[in-house]
Amino acid sequence: MTVQVATANRLRDGVIVWLKPDLTWSEDFAESKPLRDEAEAKAALDAAGVAVKARLVVGPYLAEVDETPEGLKPNSARERIRAIAKPTIIPDQGSWTGRIAG
Amino acid sequence: MAILKHGALQPNDWLTVADDAALPEGKPAVVSLDRWLKERETLLGRNAPLGVRLKSDQSPMTIAEDLERIALIVLEFPKFTDGRGYSHARALRQRLGYKGELRAVGNVLRDQYLFMDRCGIDSIEIADDANVAGYLESLGEFSIWYQPAADQRPTVRALRAAKQVEPTGGSAVVRESVAASWAY
Amino acid sequence: MYRYDEFDATFVAERVKQFRGQVERRLAGELNEDEFRPLRLQNGLYLQLHAYMLRIAVPYGVLSSKQLRKLAFIARRYDKGFGHFTTRQNIQFNWPELVDIPDVLDHLASVEMHAIQTSGNCIRNVTADHFAGVAPDEIEDPRIWAEIIRQWSTLHPEFAFLPRKFKIAVTGASHDRAAVKFHDIGLKMVKNEAGEIGFEVIVGGGMGRTPYVGPTIREFLPKQHLLSYLEAVLRVYNLLGRRDNLYKARIKILVSATGVPEFSRLVEEEWARIKDGALTLPAEEVARIERYFQPPQYEKLPAISPELEGAKVSDASFARWLKANTHPHKVDGYSIVTISLKPDGGAPGDASADQMDLIADLADEYSGKELRVTHHQNLVLPNVRKQDLYALWQRLAAVRLAQPNVGLLTDIIACPGLDYCNLANARSIPIAQRLSRRFNDFQRLEEIGDLRLNISGCINACGHHHAGNIGILGVDKQGEEFYQITLGGSSKDDSSIGKIVGPAFAIDQVADAVETIVNVYLEKRTSNDERFLETYRRVGIDPFKEKLYGNSQARRPAAE
Repeated sequence: MTVQVATANRLRDGVIVWLKPDLTWSEDFAESKPLRDEAEAKAALDAAGVAVKARLVVGPYLAEVDETPEGLKPNSARERIRAIAKPTIIPDQGSWTGRIAG
Repeated sequence: MAILKHGALQPNDWLTVADDAALPEGKPAVVSLDRWLKERETLLGRNAPLGVRLKSDQSPMTIAEDLERIALIVLEFPKFTDGRGYSHARALRQRLGYKGELRAVGNVLRDQYLFMDRCGIDSIEIADDANVAGYLESLGEFSIWYQPAADQRPTVRALRAAKQVEPTGGSAVVRESVAASWAY
Repeated sequence: MYRYDEFDATFVAERVKQFRGQVERRLAGELNEDEFRPLRLQNGLYLQLHAYMLRIAVPYGVLSSKQLRKLAFIARRYDKGFGHFTTRQNIQFNWPELVDIPDVLDHLASVEMHAIQTSGNCIRNVTADHFAGVAPDEIEDPRIWAEIIRQWSTLHPEFAFLPRKFKIAVTGASHDRAAVKFHDIGLKMVKNEAGEIGFEVIVGGGMGRTPYVGPTIREFLPKQHLLSYLEAVLRVYNLLGRRDNLYKARIKILVSATGVPEFSRLVEEEWARIKDGALTLPAEEVARIERYFQPPQYEKLPAISPELEGAKVSDASFARWLKANTHPHKVDGYSIVTISLKPDGGAPGDASADQMDLIADLADEYSGKELRVTHHQNLVLPNVRKQDLYALWQRLAAVRLAQPNVGLLTDIIACPGLDYCNLANARSIPIAQRLSRRFNDFQRLEEIGDLRLNISGCINACGHHHAGNIGILGVDKQGEEFYQITLGGSSKDDSSIGKIVGPAFAIDQVADAVETIVNVYLEKRTSNDERFLETYRRVGIDPFKEKLYGNSQARRPAAE
């Protein structure tokens, strides 16, 4: 059964976000709302459209996921990387050193 | 739609006439290139200002012979990403010496206004609720021009010559001539 | 190097102010994303997979130590402490926030840098030979012309909305180190029979979906006509380049479809109208720019440095680095040093803020405060005295910047790939990391010799895989990552496009495949002096195909 989630990038900082059941956006993939039919998918895209107009997010789209006993899992390399929200490369020489505040 | 011409809002005196519509008596009218090519003689015989509207893939060379009889040339920018109109405008001004009014219509955003102005476009058609102040502001965003275009703005080279500026870092370094010292 | 005068400084300040206004309008909702996108792209700001990415222009790859320190500051303050040097001699930051960009641009402006036209359908950063001004085989310094082109192309009002991006490269040496034949316009400085120096003009090269080695459309262009000729080429492209299909919009498609004779004719026809006009370069203007690129005052040194010779003999590691990472300099007693940003297991082309600061210090101490960025994603110290090489190497080695692999197999070009890039099909950096670990035996690397391996995460080919002796292209098969291998590409004077060797490999199979390819080469070469590319061209692709896929044509699980 093809399940989808709605995802986008936050306008301010480009961070990947996922649409939650309460139609707000989370940085945590695990909190995303599974969309199981056309009606839910449409409602999600409408909510995303509102968020775009409100200058919260850019480029929303629906991504396919798999439903497993452990929860939703992304089912492509691209979405897997987006879901962990960081590059996969072994941290080395300053890659993924964490944002320095201030 | 409003017309912004040389920094001021103007009424639009021109009527754009569809290919199959009758031309208004004695009034300025803009026709498509297709219609111009079909009805050239008739149109030239009209007793009112003539305008021709070019699509972005239509070359101004097609009307080169009659430029003196055409008071307005309209250049379409169907999407602002379609940049052919800029070359058409320069060709009309600089290659063909066109003296009439050049107008840009279509997807004309304020961020293109300055480029259009530099390429010899006199007026742009904007939405009625467009932020006119914003358009005018964008005309003044730069004072430095690195290349000649169809306008009269002096290029950096002219500004430099006028000031007789010496390269600040370059010749100073040459004069100092300290080993491996490009200090600044 | 070029220094901004008051006019350049004013211009950059005006540009930052303009972009600050555009960002404000975007955040306030006066601009939607479709309207904002081309504006932010023309200021080098992409929206990538995880975050925005800012691409900062390093004009023809020349950086001062002061500028590098500022880049380190930006990396710390606005990013995650590192930057990435690209295949167009620029630098990218992967994590800036949109709201911070105007401030970042202000910081850059304070050191005469910017991000103007590093993206978008306009004329991009003009690249040049990274050994400009110091290479022994140089006819004339290409940076002079790159700077002239840079200024002319900056906010050119007619060419701000081209069908597609436009990349220009200039070389002034007899050996092309700038890959001019893979650019939209490549300029090669040449001498004609009368001994005058001018440009061979190559138009329509490129990588991507449809790679082309660019044809020469004009054998000799006198210098004073450079800008008028370029304007003619750009105008023909602006008017006739395809706008209906994103993948057919580059000038290489136009040149190929029109044919070289007709394309040249169109250019010459337009050029005839505008040559000798306002774009003609007066000698004083050229001389003015030339003054910025005067060589530094070199010391009178002997060609052989006893200190260097001694160190070579006594320290084998140093000798190895010397062989791979230094290049002869046109002045006796000097050397050109390449700092390898390809450490064992590292992400190619990345440098941390700390490394940037250290390299800036080294540039101050050993190379007249100047560096270069190469399109191989390394850095260069162009003016190092031979007697200083050993001390310099020790400083580099202490911070993992002395990998002796320049030009060798693990001097890998890799695009950011799916770890960072929105356009990618597959990750490229992990492939590079695995390969650099697999081949980290330096003796073996030396034995293998000159070998250019390039990795692209998608067909856009930002990793220049077409020009790799071994090229690796990431492809997407049903959402999973696979890698197609090509052989026989080259970006040098003998430019060629790599040929696909067979079905794609899974990520875990790539290192083995490369090892197999290398072993075939080692087995087939006629001597240690026959390089990979030469062997490949001599024996063809079949021996490699056979060893990779077997005689039985058995399909590997990863096959298409």
